[in-house]
Amino acid sequence: MNAIDTRRRQFLKASVAVGGGLVIGFVMPTARQAMASEPKDNFAPNAWIRIAKDDTVTLIVAKVEMGQGVYTSLPMLLAEELEVDLTKIHLEDAPPGKEYIDPILKFQATGGSTSVRSSWKPLSEAGAATRMMLIAAAAETWKVKPADCRAENGMVIHKTSNRSLSYGQLAESAARQPIPKKIVLKDAKNYNYIGKPVARRDSPAKVNGSALYGIDIKIPGLLTAMFVPCPVFGGKLKSVDDSAAKAVKGVKHVFQVENGVAVVADGFWSAKQGREALKVQWDEGALAQLDSAAIERQFEQATTQIGNIARKEGDVVTALGKAAKTVEAVYHAPYAPHCTMEPLNCTVDLRADHCDIWVGTQVPAMAQEAVAKVTGLPNEKIKVHITYLGGGFGRRLEVDFITQAAAIAKLAGAPVKLIWTREDDMRHDVYRPASFTKLRAGLDAKGHTTVWEQHIACPSIFKRYMPALLGEEGKKVDPSSVEAAADHPYAIPNVRVDYHVTDPGVPVGFWRSVGNSQNGFFTESFIDELAHAAGQDPLKYRLQLLAKQARIRGVLELAATKAGWGEPLPKGTGRGIAAVFSFASYAAEVAEVEVSANGEINVKRVVCAIDCGSIVNPDTIKAQVEGAVIFALTAALKGPITIKNGQVEQSNFHDYPLLSLVETPKIEVYIVDSHEAPGGVGEPGVPPLAPAVANAIFAATGKRLRRMPFDLSTA
Amino acid sequence: MIEINVNGQIHALDIAADTPLLWALRDNLGLTGTKYGCGMSLCGACIVHVDGEPMRSCVTPVSSVVSKKIKTIEGLSTDSSHPLQQAWIAEEVPQCGYCQSGQIMTAAALLAKSPTPSDADIDSAMNGNLCRCGTYSRIRKAIHRAAEIMRSKA
Ligand code: FES
Ligand code: FES
Repeated sequence: MNAIDTRRRQFLKASVAVGGGLVIGFVMPTARQAMASEPKDNFAPNAWIRIAKDDTVTLIVAKVEMGQGVYTSLPMLLAEELEVDLTKIHLEDAPPGKEYIDPILKFQATGGSTSVRSSWKPLSEAGAATRMMLIAAAAETWKVKPADCRAENGMVIHKTSNRSLSYGQLAESAARQPIPKKIVLKDAKNYNYIGKPVARRDSPAKVNGSALYGIDIKIPGLLTAMFVPCPVFGGKLKSVDDSAAKAVKGVKHVFQVENGVAVVADGFWSAKQGREALKVQWDEGALAQLDSAAIERQFEQATTQIGNIARKEGDVVTALGKAAKTVEAVYHAPYAPHCTMEPLNCTVDLRADHCDIWVGTQVPAMAQEAVAKVTGLPNEKIKVHITYLGGGFGRRLEVDFITQAAAIAKLAGAPVKLIWTREDDMRHDVYRPASFTKLRAGLDAKGHTTVWEQHIACPSIFKRYMPALLGEEGKKVDPSSVEAAADHPYAIPNVRVDYHVTDPGVPVGFWRSVGNSQNGFFTESFIDELAHAAGQDPLKYRLQLLAKQARIRGVLELAATKAGWGEPLPKGTGRGIAAVFSFASYAAEVAEVEVSANGEINVKRVVCAIDCGSIVNPDTIKAQVEGAVIFALTAALKGPITIKNGQVEQSNFHDYPLLSLVETPKIEVYIVDSHEAPGGVGEPGVPPLAPAVANAIFAATGKRLRRMPFDLSTA
Repeated sequence: MIEINVNGQIHALDIAADTPLLWALRDNLGLTGTKYGCGMSLCGACIVHVDGEPMRSCVTPVSSVVSKKIKTIEGLSTDSSHPLQQAWIAEEVPQCGYCQSGQIMTAAALLAKSPTPSDADIDSAMNGNLCRCGTYSRIRKAIHRAAEIMRSKA
């Protein structure tokens, strides 16, 4: 049992609800800081848990459901400690509000694989405290000791007399109980839900067409809008001839807005026809000549010098001088698109003094802020209705499309649903940054790596998204550009990783696993190169450099054992391994890859081991890792996104294909049994995949692929 | 006026003849279970049955399906009791769920033809249905499971 002293942490508050129920409010750690400056008696945390007289339990969910299973895993945390039936907990989406700021991300968002990590402690503690208060209320009613009562399935039961009262009956008197001084959490061995596979609550609606995504919203008088931006990044609208567009049946308006053109019509098809009839002149601006080759030259030039220091230990120059052998390599990663299956969309119903928006967003508070800016309404007059997200992957951390929808609604004078086409999505994404790295390492006579030197050139996401996190001028390092490189876990005495912010002008953003996705590829491929340079087995070589890193060793060994590491394979087939720590979890993957005589790459099997600390819903963890493998395989094998004349050349799934069912390898996921604090689950499966595949291709062919997507015809 | 028969009901629509069936379903009939993913016959999110055959409604002009029987995900069963729907839940297939109407409708057309599909049958029937969340392995398992459910009921 875990007892938590709450006396110094006034983070819980109970009150009687209208109609006599119980409301439990609490404040997440970061919000506590944000609210610390406010007078004490203003302490009015937003509701998180409500128990009504009719026994309904409601949980406010500050995370959005984008496929990662939070509509199941978060109520599991509450159900466990509160002792209620999981299926009976009602969910309500949290409105924008600083009480719902994520304590790890420090803003209100679903991302960074934080949902369970951030909610585990506060939800468990609030659930346990509520349970204790319900027991106290029952004990008071019966004039017995709380210790003689137990909570079970929404009831408090007096052990000896078997009398019972339901939570609904107790709610009002529980609200008057003091917050317990010590919160007692359940012993893990008594868990009913946590750690067991629990059926996802969102599945039934997702198999019969009834799950509502933003794109499905229907309200009276709703019009459909499309927005045409300049195809060249940074370009501006010069003029538009909209006469043909306006003649299309169903087209209601054409507006010049937000540096582009909006077509508003009575449905998608007429809007699209109208859009195609537009004749737009653009001022293409400074990037009109930009292409992928020029971007690569920028990266290369940047890395001829030492950039801002991301990590420095020992003396790299001297160590390189003393090395018995040096190994050098240059690696590339291209821009990568999100391609959420549901194209971006947002519905705005703007009235004189208030506004409703319906949107699948990872950032409800930023969405509200964006609409406030456009409409001039105060934040509290803007109601954000959260829908299911047809994929997020980081794309819905952005509000570009929300701003556009609000601007169009303002002009249209009617409710408007803005829908981006797949082409809009592919060509106006905020891409995973293209990145470039130059690596040099030195080995001593025994083959040990003694020195690691790395230059990274990568556009900065934070420069636009959260400039405050970049550090001071001249020393700016974007953590998302160097993660999984600057913090690689290998025990190498001399290390220098430096970083160049390069900004070719292509918008970049958070993409499932962010910088870990490309740096994991760089680091874990290069370590493999070093193992081969030392003439050693890549797994053993890693383990020996990870002597003090038990958890990452653990996943490497688990994945290797399950994959049959070292067992013979047919000719033309190879095995590769890689492990990356990201989002507080450790993940290792072994890929088995067959390369045909004409160089076709066939990934046949991927064995994953993940140590994500305490396990909440094991089947969801497996599903997330399986999905991460597929997501990462698309980036490793398909595409890339290329730039020509300042524009993205690709437009839809014919020229940027996604991995298909036939190409799907056999995927096995093994979860390390652990009682550590929970780590992330949605993203950590992505980073080890590309290097595991590249290392397997090397094992199969002797060819080292240092550029994604992998292509043996150019190697 | 164009008349179409969707899930057993006749609807008269006043829309352009070249309007894709997808938008007639979504915008005019409010049947939003059928999804838009690419608009170019590249992803399968919009698949419905036309006289039992899987069709990509995003590139199917509404005028080409008059006098045919159209079935959407909403018409697959009245109570989510279709073996595929049961199997999809049992295997926990959906993640974001957005592609799943199209996946299920494609699989339903497959099972109607081959009640005991091999992996190769599944590959060739399902390969055009993209899933960005990467639920493919579970889709394969769920189709086999649905086939079993159908057999046990037969
Ligand atoms: S929307 Fe029809 S195939 Fe993609
Ligand atoms: S479940 Fe998300 S796209 Fe398939």
